[in-house]
Amino acid sequence: MSNDLAPKSSDSAAQEQSTQSRLGSMDLSFRRRMRYYVDKFAHGAIAVGGIGVIITILLIFLYLIYEILPLFESAELAESNSYSLSSATGSTLHLAIEEQGELGLRLSDDASLVFFGIESGDVVHSVQIPLPENATVVSFALETEESGIFVLGLDDGYSIIAQYSFETRFEAPNNRRVISPQLSFPYGEDPIRLFENKPVSAVAIRSRGGSMLLGGSSADGSIALISAQQQTSLLSSFDLGDDGSIELQQLAIDLAAPNTSQIFIEGDARWLYLITDSGLLRMLSIQDAQRGTLNGFSFETFLSGDREQLSQLTLLLGGVSLLAADSSGTVTQWVVTREEGISELTPIRHFSGHGKTISALTVEQRRKNFITADAAGRISIYNATAERAAFSDILMQGSINNMAVAPRGDKLLVEAASGAYTLWNVRNEHPEVSWAALWNQVWYEGYHQAEYIWQSSGATNEFEPKYSLMPLSFGTIKAAFYAMVLAAPLAICGAIFTGYFMAPAMRRKVKPLVEMMAALPTVVLGFLAGLWLAPFLENNLLAVFTVLVLLPCSIVAASLAWLYLPKNLRHRVSDGWEAALLVPVVLLFGYLSFVFATPIELWLFNGDIRFWLTNDLGITYDQRNAMVVGFAMGFAVIPTIFSIAEDAISEVPRNLSYGSLALGATPWQTMYRVVLPTASPGIFSALMIGLGRAVGETMIVLMATGNTPIMDMNIFEGMRTLAANIAVEIPESEVDSTHYRILFLTALVLFIFTFIINTLAEVIRQRLRIKYSTI
Amino acid sequence: MKLKKVKKWIRDGTPWIWFNAGAVTISIVMVAGLLLILMVRGLSHFWPHDVMRAIYSPPSSGAIDQVMEIIGEFVERESVSAIELTTSGIPVSEEQELYDRELFKFGNRDLTGADFGWILNEFVTEISYPESLFVLERRQWGNFYGYLTAIKQAGEIVVETDPGETGNNQAWLELELRLNRALEIYDSISQMERGSIGEINFQVERLRLRERRLELEDSLTAEAQSTIEAEAQALDAQYAAIQGDLNSLYEDFERDSAEFLAANGQTAEIPLAEIVRAYRPNSMNVFNKLLVYGSKLVEFLSDEPREANTEGGVYPAIFGTVILVLLMSVMVTPFGVVAAVYLREYAQQGLVTRTIRIAVNNLAGVPSIVYGVFGLGFFIYIVGGEIDQLFFPEALPAPTFGTPGLLWAALTLAILTVPVVIVATEEGLARIPRSVREGSLALGATKFETTWRVVLPMASPAMMTGLILAIARAAGEVAPLMLVGVVKLAPTLPVDGNYPFIHLDQKFMHLGFHIYDVGFQSPNVEAARPLVFATALLLVLLIALLNICAAALRNRLQEKYKGLDV
Repeated sequence: MSNDLAPKSSDSAAQEQSTQSRLGSMDLSFRRRMRYYVDKFAHGAIAVGGIGVIITILLIFLYLIYEILPLFESAELAESNSYSLSSATGSTLHLAIEEQGELGLRLSDDASLVFFGIESGDVVHSVQIPLPENATVVSFALETEESGIFVLGLDDGYSIIAQYSFETRFEAPNNRRVISPQLSFPYGEDPIRLFENKPVSAVAIRSRGGSMLLGGSSADGSIALISAQQQTSLLSSFDLGDDGSIELQQLAIDLAAPNTSQIFIEGDARWLYLITDSGLLRMLSIQDAQRGTLNGFSFETFLSGDREQLSQLTLLLGGVSLLAADSSGTVTQWVVTREEGISELTPIRHFSGHGKTISALTVEQRRKNFITADAAGRISIYNATAERAAFSDILMQGSINNMAVAPRGDKLLVEAASGAYTLWNVRNEHPEVSWAALWNQVWYEGYHQAEYIWQSSGATNEFEPKYSLMPLSFGTIKAAFYAMVLAAPLAICGAIFTGYFMAPAMRRKVKPLVEMMAALPTVVLGFLAGLWLAPFLENNLLAVFTVLVLLPCSIVAASLAWLYLPKNLRHRVSDGWEAALLVPVVLLFGYLSFVFATPIELWLFNGDIRFWLTNDLGITYDQRNAMVVGFAMGFAVIPTIFSIAEDAISEVPRNLSYGSLALGATPWQTMYRVVLPTASPGIFSALMIGLGRAVGETMIVLMATGNTPIMDMNIFEGMRTLAANIAVEIPESEVDSTHYRILFLTALVLFIFTFIINTLAEVIRQRLRIKYSTI
Repeated sequence: MKLKKVKKWIRDGTPWIWFNAGAVTISIVMVAGLLLILMVRGLSHFWPHDVMRAIYSPPSSGAIDQVMEIIGEFVERESVSAIELTTSGIPVSEEQELYDRELFKFGNRDLTGADFGWILNEFVTEISYPESLFVLERRQWGNFYGYLTAIKQAGEIVVETDPGETGNNQAWLELELRLNRALEIYDSISQMERGSIGEINFQVERLRLRERRLELEDSLTAEAQSTIEAEAQALDAQYAAIQGDLNSLYEDFERDSAEFLAANGQTAEIPLAEIVRAYRPNSMNVFNKLLVYGSKLVEFLSDEPREANTEGGVYPAIFGTVILVLLMSVMVTPFGVVAAVYLREYAQQGLVTRTIRIAVNNLAGVPSIVYGVFGLGFFIYIVGGEIDQLFFPEALPAPTFGTPGLLWAALTLAILTVPVVIVATEEGLARIPRSVREGSLALGATKFETTWRVVLPMASPAMMTGLILAIARAAGEVAPLMLVGVVKLAPTLPVDGNYPFIHLDQKFMHLGFHIYDVGFQSPNVEAARPLVFATALLLVLLIALLNICAAALRNRLQEKYKGLDV
């Protein structure tokens, strides 16, 4: 903007002079006032503009914090309404809320199903499930909240499988949303026989993709397992009912599990858990039962300690974990682990409560959350993965019998022992995040020990997100480390020579060349690294190591050779041109090391060093690995370190080195003993700034590594850095979701890290400048 | 005597000096080598290489020896050990430890499935470079290599020729003639599709939005509706007319085809509408090759990409990069300069100013991806979403500014580079002696007049330096752009003939992202690689050009205000 200003200023100044003389005193005072106002206005405008710009830049920091703060908020519950259901009969077996959070349902032990508005408690629909004559319901099991399939165990040895669902449609005037509840019988309306005239004291059901498994046990310990295959698709059988398309098959199990009070079928239908009143769990392999190779229970354990009594049991979302709540208020998460071929149930986490018996336990449908209510009326919301209580407070008086949580996790319906219903609005956006979940080892479902894992999204709703930042931080440090290994020696040695020894004429050419290196876009470096350097290194792996050995030797040799060259030849080249002299040497020996590499490889490693690495040393080799990143990112960092370090060295006051030289020290001694110690803070700050750049570099790492979040220092394997992770995942993450906010958190971590490093470097440099000016 | 010399040599530390010199040398060799690789690989992409024909009979593990004819372009050579070959299923004799193998581009992806392959030199015989071999660049399926056998018009053979015949110029001329005709029709078709039809679509969309807007404001009267409908009908009629023209053009376009004989006796009939360029490299002299080279280079610089960006040009990406940098400069310069002037000339110098100065300085070192995250979250989702609610409710739920686009990308880059401009301008301001300001003030000028007429012009070289640095950083930055508006293929340029001419809400292409996308996300990396080298070279040249331009400008300004420097 100022360049087009420049010519104007001289013109207008001339104009001003000529007009001023012609103006009267009235105009003059007016003009003076105008100038005064213009000046004041400009002052204000510049101040506002300047402060505005600075605030905008600082806004980045505030905005990042604003985005991540919700991650660390606790859940909040607010009471919405309280009522009693008018037509409630019998005692409650199950409570549920549908997707939109409008309707609720209550299933009672007299087999009646009541649908009601959860805000008001008004009953909109009620159905009676047809029971055989003289039969009563003695047990109940839900498949999952999501499917709404449930089974009622009867006292005559039969069971009834039914399903509740909600149909949402929009009706013509004003697109009003209408939700109509439905009850259907996916496996036929006829009761399915489990036992001969024995009450079904416990049932369980698991249905997945057209096949169903129904389990039951009776008081005398006998176990029944029935599997059903649907011949047609799931949907059509819904319409047809019991048209014979369902094949039932009873599995023979001649084992007894006396005193069994509850049974569960694990999420993948591999295990049947039978639990007695005293807390003894027996594990039965369903696969073995299907193959007919069952011999005894696979594993037995007590779910509760000697002093506590088991009070509530349920499966967490996905059915992999079994949650066991006891009389001390503690909930324990059990998963199946496999060690040396033996599967056993292991407690992986304990959620300690407040000393009161847990009277109700329910799980969320989309997240690994569960909610407990204890005898004192305390309601707690936990996240299993994060091992964190998002909420815990005494909300009700007296014991709580039942709870239901809405699929979206935003509403909680509580049934008190008195029969009163209370609806709570829940705000629990990010329960998955805790310090431990981000930075500690976490025992995830399906793993055999606690591990650091980053895996933010999966194929199904039941996926357990793994938000450990350790692999990403580790990858970032690894990439930066290998980049610095290459860049630091080259850049600092180069800076020493350029800043102190190099002839000024050559220096004038070298500095712009290095600055040009800084202007090279990192996407070009990354592309060359990924598509050219990576395959090149893979084919010439040994050559890299021969270069490492040969080049330093060749430089020393060249220096010696120079010593023995005839004097008149040596004196033609003045001091400070050594770098130029070395160009042919470096080129020649660089080329030679590639030529020699092939025969050496044949001789030492049978022609294939990579094969040798993998098979003899057991080192995995990825084509896009840390070495490639080290080269490419080192290349990107060299100019940064070089120019700052070079400044620090060349700005060392000359009288210091002159003094040293005058006392008889050689140039190198002067450099090593006088200049380097003086400039060392500057060199240190150059390294810091270089490190800051390496940590935040995105494109090179994105293109030159496989971006797998592993934790391994191996130079031949890749990594995923924080910056690359943001670039890969943020376009796909849902706005304001936990994943989105965690990515913002990583951005903030990067921001703060680089900011601190740079500030430190800057402060050191400023001090150094003051020191130089006093010498 | 001699040993003494060496001892002194070591004691003096001379080897260390040489080591340090070596570091400089290695750095320089690395930069030069990198630029050389970019130049060689990037520029050789456009050269029409000779096409080889040979018989290849590799050893096979089966009973029957494979013998095949190969026709293709040489790409690169490497040597492999015999063990590696045997493990990959080629039974070569292990007496010879190393084998040379060459990568060839065979083209004809539609016939053979793969267009690249490794060939062991040992087993190639009857190498020849027949002059009658054609290279066809096609709109689909990549290159085709083969001999011309016949030219057809509407299914009828017009000219027939013997594939082996070298001197048959008649068929070649006929093909050239008909190809030029097809290319001309193609140009008018694409002009119509982009120009007239694009404009009509744009108008139709505007009508829809107008109607929706009126509806939202509850002022959609029957009258307004009927005018909108009348306009829509007029547009429909226009569209039908153009569509009719277009259909007849398409009929003309698809009239001719040619029959070719590929390797191993396979024949293919290729419609001329599919062909972009046809030439016989083996019969061309250097001058002819240069002509083809030039036309390919022009195509690269001025044409749209083809085949999922792996062929054709990068014009939209060049355009996007330049317009982005221009927009960014327009935004960053005034704000950066105002902030610097405030900090240096108006603000009270003290601890707060010093802290702000260090903070601003350090923001230049914050990773660019962080700015991208900020741009995405703050500009796009918060500011953009708000703008959509207020000004473009008719287009909702489709976002107008609440989605990545040119404006947000330029703004993000401006925020990314504003610290650079501030720091550079401030340094320039600090270098102007106090006496100059005091002189101006003593002559009766106000503070603003002093700043505007004396200080700022003197600081203009420093501002230019800041802008250069900002541009150099912005032009090569890709990571934040991936979040705030760059796409692999934008259907239209952000500047066109439709009101309001610059479409700040549109997504755009960018050279840097093009490199990333084509090099790493494309399905056929091997075929795309030469193009990526060319694009990378172009980006480096573009940044160098921007730098040189700005540096020249700075020098001129420095020259101009030399007299003022004290």
